[in-house]
Amino acid sequence: MGQASTAETYLMIENVWKAFGDFYALKDISLEVNRGEFVCFLGPSGCGKTTLLRAIAGLDIQTRGSVHQDGKDISALPPSERDFGIVFQSYALFPNLTVAKNIAFGLENSGIAKSDIDKRVAELLELVGLPEQAEKYPAQLSGGQQQRIALARAIAMSPGLLLLDEPLSALDAKVRVHLRHEVKDLQRKLGVTTIMVTHDQEEALAMADRIVVMNHGVIEQVGTPTDVYREPVSLFVADFIGETNQLACVADNKGKGVSIGARKLKSAPHTHADGRDVTAVIRPEDIIPHGDGARSPGAPDKISEPGNTVETTVDEMEFLGSFWRTRLSSAELGDGQIVADFSINAVRRMDIEVGGRMRIEIPSDRLKVFAAGAEPDT
Amino acid sequence: MSSADAMTPDASAGGRIKPKLGSDDWIMRGYMIVLAVYLIVALALPLYAMLSKAFETSRFDLAQFEVQVSDESGAFKQPAETLKQINDRGSFIPEGDLATSSDGRLALTKFFPDFSFRSPVKYRLRGLDENAVYLVGSERFEGTAPAEFDSNTFRRVVIRPVQDYGLANFATYFSTPALFQSIQNSVFIAIVSTLITVSLAFGFAYALCRSCMPFKGVFRLIAMAPILVPSLLPGIALVYLFGNQGFLKQFLMGESIYGPIGIVVGSVFFTFPHAMIIILIALSISDARLYEAAVSLRASKWRTFWTVTIPGARYGLISAAFVVFNLVITDFGLPKVIGGQYNMLAVDIYKQVIGQQNFQMGAVVSVVLLIPALLAYVVDRLVQRKQVALLSARSVVYQPKPSKRFDLSCLAYCALVALFIISILGICQYAALVKFWPYDLTLGLTNYDFDRMDGGGWAAYRNSIYMALMTALIGTVIIFTGAYMVEKTKGFAKGRAGFQFLAMLPMAIPGMVLGLAYIFFFNNPANPLNFIYGTMAILVICTVTHFYTVSHLTAVTALKQIDSEFEPVAASLKQPFYRLFSRVTVPVCMPAILDIMIYLFVNAMTTVSAVVFLYSSKTTLASVAVLNMDDAGDIAPAAAMGMMIFYTNVAARLVHAVVSRYVLGRTQGWRQR
Amino acid sequence: MLKKLAGGLLAGVAVGVMSMSAAMAGELTVYTAVEAEDLKKYADAFNADHPDIKINWVRDSTGVVTAKLLAEKNNPQADVIWGLAATSLLLLKSEGMLEAYAPKGVENLDPKFVDKSTPPTWTGMDAWVASVCFNTVEGEKLGLTAPKSWKDLTKAEYKGHVIMPNPNSSGTGFLDVSSWLQMFGEKDGWAFMDDLHKNIAAYTHSGSKPCKMAAAGEIPIGVSFAFRGAKSKAAGAPIDIIVPEEGVGWDMEATAIVAGTDNIDDAKTLVDWTVTKKANEMYNSGYAVVAYPGVAKPVEHFPENLLEKMIDNDFEFAANNRKAILDEWQKRYDSKSEPKG
Repeated sequence: MGQASTAETYLMIENVWKAFGDFYALKDISLEVNRGEFVCFLGPSGCGKTTLLRAIAGLDIQTRGSVHQDGKDISALPPSERDFGIVFQSYALFPNLTVAKNIAFGLENSGIAKSDIDKRVAELLELVGLPEQAEKYPAQLSGGQQQRIALARAIAMSPGLLLLDEPLSALDAKVRVHLRHEVKDLQRKLGVTTIMVTHDQEEALAMADRIVVMNHGVIEQVGTPTDVYREPVSLFVADFIGETNQLACVADNKGKGVSIGARKLKSAPHTHADGRDVTAVIRPEDIIPHGDGARSPGAPDKISEPGNTVETTVDEMEFLGSFWRTRLSSAELGDGQIVADFSINAVRRMDIEVGGRMRIEIPSDRLKVFAAGAEPDT
Repeated sequence: MSSADAMTPDASAGGRIKPKLGSDDWIMRGYMIVLAVYLIVALALPLYAMLSKAFETSRFDLAQFEVQVSDESGAFKQPAETLKQINDRGSFIPEGDLATSSDGRLALTKFFPDFSFRSPVKYRLRGLDENAVYLVGSERFEGTAPAEFDSNTFRRVVIRPVQDYGLANFATYFSTPALFQSIQNSVFIAIVSTLITVSLAFGFAYALCRSCMPFKGVFRLIAMAPILVPSLLPGIALVYLFGNQGFLKQFLMGESIYGPIGIVVGSVFFTFPHAMIIILIALSISDARLYEAAVSLRASKWRTFWTVTIPGARYGLISAAFVVFNLVITDFGLPKVIGGQYNMLAVDIYKQVIGQQNFQMGAVVSVVLLIPALLAYVVDRLVQRKQVALLSARSVVYQPKPSKRFDLSCLAYCALVALFIISILGICQYAALVKFWPYDLTLGLTNYDFDRMDGGGWAAYRNSIYMALMTALIGTVIIFTGAYMVEKTKGFAKGRAGFQFLAMLPMAIPGMVLGLAYIFFFNNPANPLNFIYGTMAILVICTVTHFYTVSHLTAVTALKQIDSEFEPVAASLKQPFYRLFSRVTVPVCMPAILDIMIYLFVNAMTTVSAVVFLYSSKTTLASVAVLNMDDAGDIAPAAAMGMMIFYTNVAARLVHAVVSRYVLGRTQGWRQR
Repeated sequence: MLKKLAGGLLAGVAVGVMSMSAAMAGELTVYTAVEAEDLKKYADAFNADHPDIKINWVRDSTGVVTAKLLAEKNNPQADVIWGLAATSLLLLKSEGMLEAYAPKGVENLDPKFVDKSTPPTWTGMDAWVASVCFNTVEGEKLGLTAPKSWKDLTKAEYKGHVIMPNPNSSGTGFLDVSSWLQMFGEKDGWAFMDDLHKNIAAYTHSGSKPCKMAAAGEIPIGVSFAFRGAKSKAAGAPIDIIVPEEGVGWDMEATAIVAGTDNIDDAKTLVDWTVTKKANEMYNSGYAVVAYPGVAKPVEHFPENLLEKMIDNDFEFAANNRKAILDEWQKRYDSKSEPKG
């Protein structure tokens, strides 16, 4: 991952606005995508991610702002004069044409010899792993197979840019996960610059080189999956990607901590003046469990930040296969519950059980502080 | 990154992007404009011409003429006076009577109450402007040259009216009981026919949908048969059944079939399939779960019927009612054949135009007829929209359970209706084969010797087939491509909305009105399209336009079912839209396209109302021949020709079925898994 | 696809262009209301003498042809009118649409059949005479005696058994009405029609329909014209053709050149031929009364006393009062909403 740092810019989006009547679906979007990069537009429905994709494709051209592809200003060009392949959630396969004819649709009528077309179609079918299906009609294929054909068709003409509009959303969960890897592999093999729109954060995290998190027509954050997951720049991003605990607090300690009631906690550095209402965010898996001391005497249970530990009661435990989701409450932190994910190992070792008491540690560098009030709406 | 919380772009955002249109966009917009121009020329402009004709009036301008009267000795001692002055003095002609039609004449003797043609008094007449026209006998004089007449000649002098614009024609219309009585008649007939047809059709559709009776397919076929014949054919059949020499005359108990009874019975016949199919659809989409709920609540059948069935089908019923109302009130053929002295609006237009050459009054009646037709149309559209909403939210399909008594009574009812339809068609065929009704009942083909009758002969039949084929082919191309442009063009919202409006308009325009509008528009020598007047082309254009809306809606519905992402995909593959159109859109929509073709063909074969004003001696049509042969009293040949139309349409339907099956098998293999 | 599309559109245009046969030398566009079955005979007879002039017929009923001509007033399409009611030609004449021309040999015709203007604008061909068709079979069934006069038709026994053409749409209907007004005078004429109206079962749109309906026994008495009656009788209908004793109205079929024609010479050749003896003998095959004196031979089934019963028709009166008469007629009889039983 993160391979894009030295690559050249392939797609440059500058100050793009898109109006539908009085409503602005995109507000001053600027973004650069590097050659060969796999970028995901991620956000809740209505955030403008599809609008942005359609603007890049020329399907719904932006109201203002420019788009450059490979150094060329394509801001006003119609789709047919741009260089991209596209895959839609609906696959949009031509139902009356066979798989081979679907893939060949763009190749025919472009001066390529028929034998070459046949060769290319076979090659593409091979590439998407469906070499036997050439003469079938789309309706005879499963959803996953159809989507692979759509992909093959989109890359048939070796476009410079591959656009994927929620390509996996219509598939069932298992196929979806499987196809993620296939699509990603294919993209890597071809080296084609790819933009995928999705509302599924897992999909984005798994596939993207970089994720563009959008909300209300603006870009909230651009970064690698680990960046946006671990270092969200806004409460929205933190909330939208992954699970979070959100604690209503007051800024404290000159940008290095928060307080909840009388309780003070150290936090990652922030810019909020003391006394301001803020929201502190911690992910469940970042919470470190400690035994109550009595039950695990010999355990190497070193507390690294003693000031950031909290006494809690275990209210509920849910076994999710690879870990335990645990709901804790603590008088110190007000009425709210805290969700923490503990490894099976830790639960067994520390004998954590419902009704028991336990101490948790909130690592200060994982406790992110954002301005309060901006209610995230997921 | 972005901190743009502002709701609108500031100055730094740069200018608005003006999207460059691709070649596809240009072609599609250009083509849509071409089609819009077509609809404007074929619809909007003719209607405008007709409306302005309705306001074109003729009136006698008394100030145009000056008369000087001599004494007994022939010496002109009195000063000359204008007719206006004379009339102001004596009011010989009331102001209201000065309005006339373009062929109006006013005798000058009316201004001289003591006129005698034997008197030696002489008269000098002079027009006061260049447009003053008077006749001596039928000799025409124009302009300001003075003339002198003796009394015997003066009695032959009449003045002609001048052209004007105004509401005078409407005033005349509403002050002529013979004319405005038709409004009441038309509305009355339409309402009565609507009530009967919708009730009968509801029963039929209910039996088809909710019973387990046998022969449903056969009944359905029979019920649709009236669509295949011109609306005047039932009129002819009724003459043979209930006329003074009819088999079943005694059933009328002395009432005459010529008049409202005949019109209503015939209207029920020809509107039945239209109502039946609408109600059938409405019934078949209602939710079975409501019935299950009713059963579990132990509601009686009667109660279930009124609380579940009727409300569920209400939009269908309303829509059917307005469609039938519209069909009946705008129909011309049937009241013409069987109406007797019962005047209806559509026939009035014909009588005014063909009988009296009073085009202005024809236009006025057209305007009057437009009003109920437009109203019915608007209501139907509103209701249809709701029905569609209901359709998309549909749920479980109702499955009837066998019930011996109910199924038997349904069977009996449907058999009765089917008998009515078959006997109407059967009597026409029988009458067509009988040599000389009712005196020589031997069978023969003399009535098929159309070339010896008025109406155009066998050539009319051939013309009709040619016209129907051309209408089906050209019409389908125009309508389907037009619908494609409306449905798939990007942007250009105003253009699309305008086109959509034009495409929906024809359904609201009665055929008679359209035909008359075409006369006014195309038969104008100043119109560069004047050359198509009297040709097959104008018949095809008129028929395509007349039946545009239903075909357009069929096409749009089919196109809406196609994935809207096809065009972006094709564009990304650098393929022009027309390649996608021919390779994918057309094959996928082929069933709908074939439906449009057969719809246009059948209607072109049976239509009378629009084309009756437009055919020429070289382009007589079978349906018009039926009308004209009946008009000339050749009723049996009219029936024979009507049945030829029926068989042709049956054959066309069979061909349609075979072709559909073949095309489905060939190009739609993908539909079956 | 575009090709196909363009092909379709082109085909549409081509239909128009092909049917737009421009007026060419040696061809005449002739408007007529002569019965369809006679047209070929007329053209053949003319071409026997003038093979170089082709006739393109435009045929329709009197009302339609008249309406068409009037509609084309400023852009006439016809070269010649051959076989249209004289009352219609008078209408066209008063619009200045006819070319004044005295055909060669016009002096041989009965002056009654020639326009009074000099030179005349039209010449008559044959007379078309009103008559009553009476179905003897149905008459007997219903116990009706055959009517002898117009006045007879107002008798109560005929109630609902008489049918006549609507003068508003039928030339025959109008000639009946105008003849009654001429024979009986205006006041008595309308009084007669008031009485007759009580017996009328229906007013038909066409002039031949009443006789055909009488022939079919649908309505026993049809006010129509003699020519139609003779044809129905020849076809085997049990009808008598009655010539009412007061006299019968008539109109004539006539010929004229349309003013402004590009083919004036050919048009004159045709019109010259239409007044020849030969042409009149041809008219005689259908009509008992023709313009050329001494030509007429009796026509089968035609009533014998027809000629003497023809009134001295004042076409000018008919033409100039047409609108007023029709307005009055419509006011009196066309406003009924009830059908007559």
